[in-house]
Amino acid sequence: MVNLALAWAEAYQKIKPDVRISVTGGGSGTGIAALLNGTVSIANASRAIKSEEIDTAKKNGVDPVEFVVARDAIAVIVHPKNPVNRLTLQQISDIYSGNINNWSEVGGENRPIVRLSRETNSGTHVYFLETVLRLGSKDNKTFFSMDTLLLPSSEGITAEVSDNPNAIGYDGLGYMVPEVKMLAVAKEAASGFIIPSAETVNDGTYPISRDLYMYTNGQPVNEIKAYLEWIISPTAQEIVTKLGFVPVKSTSAGSTP
Amino acid sequence: MKDQTPLSERIITRGIQITGYSSVLFVVLILYFLISQGAPALFEAPLKSLAGIRWYPIENYFGIIPLILGSLVVTIGAAVIAIPFGVGTAIFISEVAPQWLKEILKPLVEILAGFPSVMLGFLGILVVSPSLRRLFDLPTGLTALAGSLLLAGIAIPTIVSISEDALNTVPRSYREASWAIGATQWQTIWGVTLPAARSGVLTAVILGIGRSIGETMTVMMVTGNAPVLPIHLNSFISPIRTMTATIASEMGEVATGSTHYHVLFLIGIILFLISLIVNVTASAIVFRQPKRAERILS
Repeated sequence: MVNLALAWAEAYQKIKPDVRISVTGGGSGTGIAALLNGTVSIANASRAIKSEEIDTAKKNGVDPVEFVVARDAIAVIVHPKNPVNRLTLQQISDIYSGNINNWSEVGGENRPIVRLSRETNSGTHVYFLETVLRLGSKDNKTFFSMDTLLLPSSEGITAEVSDNPNAIGYDGLGYMVPEVKMLAVAKEAASGFIIPSAETVNDGTYPISRDLYMYTNGQPVNEIKAYLEWIISPTAQEIVTKLGFVPVKSTSAGSTP
Repeated sequence: MKDQTPLSERIITRGIQITGYSSVLFVVLILYFLISQGAPALFEAPLKSLAGIRWYPIENYFGIIPLILGSLVVTIGAAVIAIPFGVGTAIFISEVAPQWLKEILKPLVEILAGFPSVMLGFLGILVVSPSLRRLFDLPTGLTALAGSLLLAGIAIPTIVSISEDALNTVPRSYREASWAIGATQWQTIWGVTLPAARSGVLTAVILGIGRSIGETMTVMMVTGNAPVLPIHLNSFISPIRTMTATIASEMGEVATGSTHYHVLFLIGIILFLISLIVNVTASAIVFRQPKRAERILS
């Protein structure tokens, strides 16, 4: 979500030139860790804060307050020439855990499947692991197949998927490019296959979507309060749409998790 | 007797002395830092986990063997490509090429040496790995081979530049003596010039390999980073994960002081040891006692 945070900061500084916002990437864990160490005012995270992190926060005297600032969906992507158009969550899980190794097993051509994933430090990786590979179950200990390629950037994934007809990848809806094909995904075969889009994410029908958060230390005041209020305003949420994320509809006040 | 050396000269001598010792100091400090941060890993992570074959640090699987072997596979591949090409190019520039060509080639190679590795990575993603996939009909082109090819591209300029300097320092009289007894140009190069420049060429090769084992950005972009144990014959054309790429991609995210953090430093120690072994082996070869025949000749 670093793209989004950067775009917001840039737009906000145009409106209020006296406010300086610097944004650093590195993953949700980095951001939350920095908030707990007191080095940042706002931590952006594409996952909710973990209970261990709340414990650390308490130890450090930090009181994290949560804001939902946008929504995101993970699209599962293949090469445009791949005849496969839809998969169930179970099939995607089987592909990524190594139970399905050929496209012909899910109705495609006789080609080996090359699995692409974001690096383990990415919030997207963890979210995909929990929601898709383990189908949202805490006791499920399914792993990514060991030969899953871990690529350090979204660009790496789209470059490989748009070039390689064997590849399957996933990434945030915000990173989609026309050179790749998004698959329709169904929670169960009976529940219908849904293509990810702003509508299907907001109405909750697309199964792989999530909230994006900002965390502050305590209820925000002054500049930070003004910034967070601006972020949920229609102007800022327009930027969300522009970047391929999904805007939040309701005004969400800060809450302590 | 009173010291006649002027003060300025003594200051300069002392200054040079300090810079000389400081490099030793820095190595010791780096080593201390690595060990102090990495050694706890041996106590925190169970040995069974460290010696395992699964690297999945977010769930406490710290099998580092696939990473070590991954680095070795890529580096050996790069060396196999880079050594013949590099030394061959150096011989061509120094011994065979006419003067005008020499003056074009040498600066070109040195420009190549300054090429940013991230740009090579882009080249790898967009050109090398797609063509490898088509050429060998592989499931994916993001493989150890792609990494080796690009690392060879990084090592070759180093090898060429230093080997060429070494070959250049071989006195012309050696070659003339060889030609005088009727040796061909090839026999002279292989039997006289190259052995005479041996230590310089070897240093070049070691520095080249050293560059490729420590290279991070390029391998991270093109090797696929899958922590698979590379023990099959086709591992060379499969994705692998290197130690450097692991440190680079995970260090930014890891919580300071956690087991994962210490294990990453342990990997750093292993990298350090490997380059130490490479260097010690190299100097052992370079500084070995010359044979009797060589002593008489030189």
